[in-house]
Amino acid sequence: MNGWWLDYNLRVVLAGTAMLGAASGMIGVFLLLRRRALIGDAISHATLPGVCVAFCISYALGSHEKSLIGLLLGAAISGTLGALAIVGLRHWTKLKEDAALGIVLSTFFGAGVALLRIIQTLPAANAAGLEGFIYGKTALMIAEDAYVIGIVGLVLCCSVFFLQKELKLLCFDSGYASSQGWPTVWLDLLLMISVVSVVIVGLQAVGLILVIAMLIIPAASARFWTYHLGTMIAIAASMGCISGVLGALASSHFDRLPSGAAIVLTALLFFLLSLAFGKEGGLCWRVRGIYFDEKRVDRSHVLRGIYELLDMKGIGIPVGALQTEEVSANELQQLRTWPTARLSRTIRQLIRDGSVVGDPLGKIALTAKGIRLSRESVRMHRLLELYLLRQAELTGEAVDRGADMIEHSVDDQVLTLLEREFGKIADVPASIHPLNPGASPHDR
Amino acid sequence: MIDEASLLPFAGLANGLPSILAQTESLWDWSLDGWIIATGILCSLSGALLGCFLTLRKLSLLGDAISHAILPGIVGAYWISGSADSLSMWLGAVIVAILTVWLTESARHYGKVEENASTGIVFTGLFAIGILMVVRMDRVDLDLACVLYGDIESTPYDLLEWSSVPIPRAFAIALIVFLLNASIIALFWKEWFASSFDTGLAASLGLRPVAMHYLLATLTAMTSVSSFESVGNILIVAMFVVPPSTAFLLTKKLHWMIVVSCLLAIASAVLGHLAAIHVPRWFGFASTSTAAMMTIVSSIFLIVAILIGPRDGILFKIYERWWLSTKILSEDILATLFRDREQGRSPRSSLELQKHLLATPFRFRLALQRLVRLGWVQFERGMVTMTPQGNIEGQNLVRSHRLWEQYLATQTGVTDQRLHTQAESLEHFTSRDMRAALETETQSPQLDPHGSPIPPEGTENVSRNP
Repeated sequence: MNGWWLDYNLRVVLAGTAMLGAASGMIGVFLLLRRRALIGDAISHATLPGVCVAFCISYALGSHEKSLIGLLLGAAISGTLGALAIVGLRHWTKLKEDAALGIVLSTFFGAGVALLRIIQTLPAANAAGLEGFIYGKTALMIAEDAYVIGIVGLVLCCSVFFLQKELKLLCFDSGYASSQGWPTVWLDLLLMISVVSVVIVGLQAVGLILVIAMLIIPAASARFWTYHLGTMIAIAASMGCISGVLGALASSHFDRLPSGAAIVLTALLFFLLSLAFGKEGGLCWRVRGIYFDEKRVDRSHVLRGIYELLDMKGIGIPVGALQTEEVSANELQQLRTWPTARLSRTIRQLIRDGSVVGDPLGKIALTAKGIRLSRESVRMHRLLELYLLRQAELTGEAVDRGADMIEHSVDDQVLTLLEREFGKIADVPASIHPLNPGASPHDR
Repeated sequence: MIDEASLLPFAGLANGLPSILAQTESLWDWSLDGWIIATGILCSLSGALLGCFLTLRKLSLLGDAISHAILPGIVGAYWISGSADSLSMWLGAVIVAILTVWLTESARHYGKVEENASTGIVFTGLFAIGILMVVRMDRVDLDLACVLYGDIESTPYDLLEWSSVPIPRAFAIALIVFLLNASIIALFWKEWFASSFDTGLAASLGLRPVAMHYLLATLTAMTSVSSFESVGNILIVAMFVVPPSTAFLLTKKLHWMIVVSCLLAIASAVLGHLAAIHVPRWFGFASTSTAAMMTIVSSIFLIVAILIGPRDGILFKIYERWWLSTKILSEDILATLFRDREQGRSPRSSLELQKHLLATPFRFRLALQRLVRLGWVQFERGMVTMTPQGNIEGQNLVRSHRLWEQYLATQTGVTDQRLHTQAESLEHFTSRDMRAALETETQSPQLDPHGSPIPPEGTENVSRNP
């Protein structure tokens, strides 16, 4: 049967990657909101010289074995120095954020490469494992590593829990925070030290470059589901956690599937799903919204078209009448050069809606509901035209086109203001330009 | 007693330049080091040229993102073509680089993902795919370390024949890329200039900022891909960011920024190679990576610029602030002396004055020295007194102070408690014209809000026309 969960080694790895994912997801939310998503990039590269110096020191002390704690300590120190350098560059110079990150990233990495090249020439130095830091070696994770990750995760959770208010203020309005006397520089540093600790524990699990992904991707995915900070942290942490577990599982099941890449690709899959289906700004919902808006605009244009046709023919549209005179869809099409399919689809919708009666391809007439709706639509259009003519000093076609664009996004409140502007115009005002289709600016 | 052996690693430092040059004789070989330096100069020049625009458009990390993201392109090209032929790998990398930019822009535009985050997601995702491809591939004889760190030292060994002159391949590529970058920048100077500073304006002038953005990204991709064999794909980021940032701190015009960053790029290439040969020797090691040392040298230039830059250098600012506070203290001394004379108080010793003004002894001495040097203050039997010239200056200071108090009280409604403090800071920055304007505004008052007389404007007629 399924014996994977019985394997002690795998359980350790799973626990470690799960906690790493959760911690990085949580910290990532604050980085994303602070618009510092790429700071993990700079800090993770900045750990390289520390690792190399730690190796050199242990070599100079006569130890030819790599001591993991020593290397991680070195990484932590140089990572913190990198974070301080970023804060310093931002504080003391006029360099922008991206330049500060790029400078720290490349300078520290350059120092690391210079040291690495020297280390490779050392006699009897076993430097091969150092490059494992760049790609990560999850499968070799031992219980102690998982404990370390767990402790770091717990500490981060506690500090985020206790400092939630302060960090929230820092992310949303750091200027206000500092004006209220909050120590923003220290809070910023605290956030950076959290990043350093996530990066350090992540170096072992997923490697120097993919830990950046764990700081960004879960947080960016969580943004598609909520605008509430607490919920966003919870979602990002669970997404990171699940990607960690699934990635590590997949890596243990399939041959030659590196765990770091597997974890990141799982997280990426979650991101793509969120991007597509997320409730807050996911593509599907937005496209659906745009589609329905387009339909609504089309319906309103057809109703207004029928009204204007009747107006042009000099046929009155009596309020309270049950049905108007008929117009043909053909005439309507000439008014605005609609694609035939789109016009008949819209008319069919209006018939289903009960605003229009007749044949979608032949003669149609407005019903009582249609009369009311078309009057509203025409009235709004003409009031806006008047406004644009008088207040915005537009002329000719620009007035009609402008009103055409604005009328669909105007609500009752604006309508009230417009009415106040022109005195009380109860009825539909007369059009300010000829409605003749030949001279009509509707022709595009 | 100092052990001589412990000093040995620093011998090069101690003996100074002549010994370095002497060592250079033995370590230097123009046919090798000349090509290395020339290639390094061309790579960093290309980086600096594009980097100026990247820095101004806040895209400094684009190079970094691209250099990670091209991994699947390189591996894929290797997979398809079946050879480590550099042209196909170059093509694969450029295609993926443009894809990276397009994906980043789409995630930002359609997904409303914040710009940094979308860059991060795209490049780490592509890098993960690349790692997966490397591991899944059967024959991994692709030297990833070379891609990451670069191997500029081996440049002179890979030669091309060009009209019977052997030229290193990396040098030829770097030269082509540099010429391409330089000519495109010259060609689209107006477009890039406008879109670097004001995208909206550029769009309204029909200068196509979006197309220019993609062009810049493509050139960045080509430059970083072309230099990954020589400089390494992360250290090229330094060449994109560090010299232009240094130049950004030192200049205020785009063309000067480009000139300065090109000069810095050349200097860091030359000095970087020298440092790579010599610096490790001081500590008893063999030489190290030239590309890495180029990075470190250009960062040292940046640190120097941050410290002693003419306009925004930290040391300059500290000096300026320090000079200003000394000047203000010396003016405070004068004003105190004037008030003492006005109220008929006996002159004070310098120690009493220092206690009165709560100044530190050192700074007080400097301020007093300034006054003596200007001939505004003299010592009479150990007491500090004003010269006639100093009296005029002190009178004008006190006049400024009291006019400000009057102005603040009558025109702005500042509360009584804050009048003095406000006037105290404003008096140091008030010229004669401002005093005249203040007097007109306040209808030439005789007394300030505290009832002290406002002295007339002190003129230098007495001292100027003897």
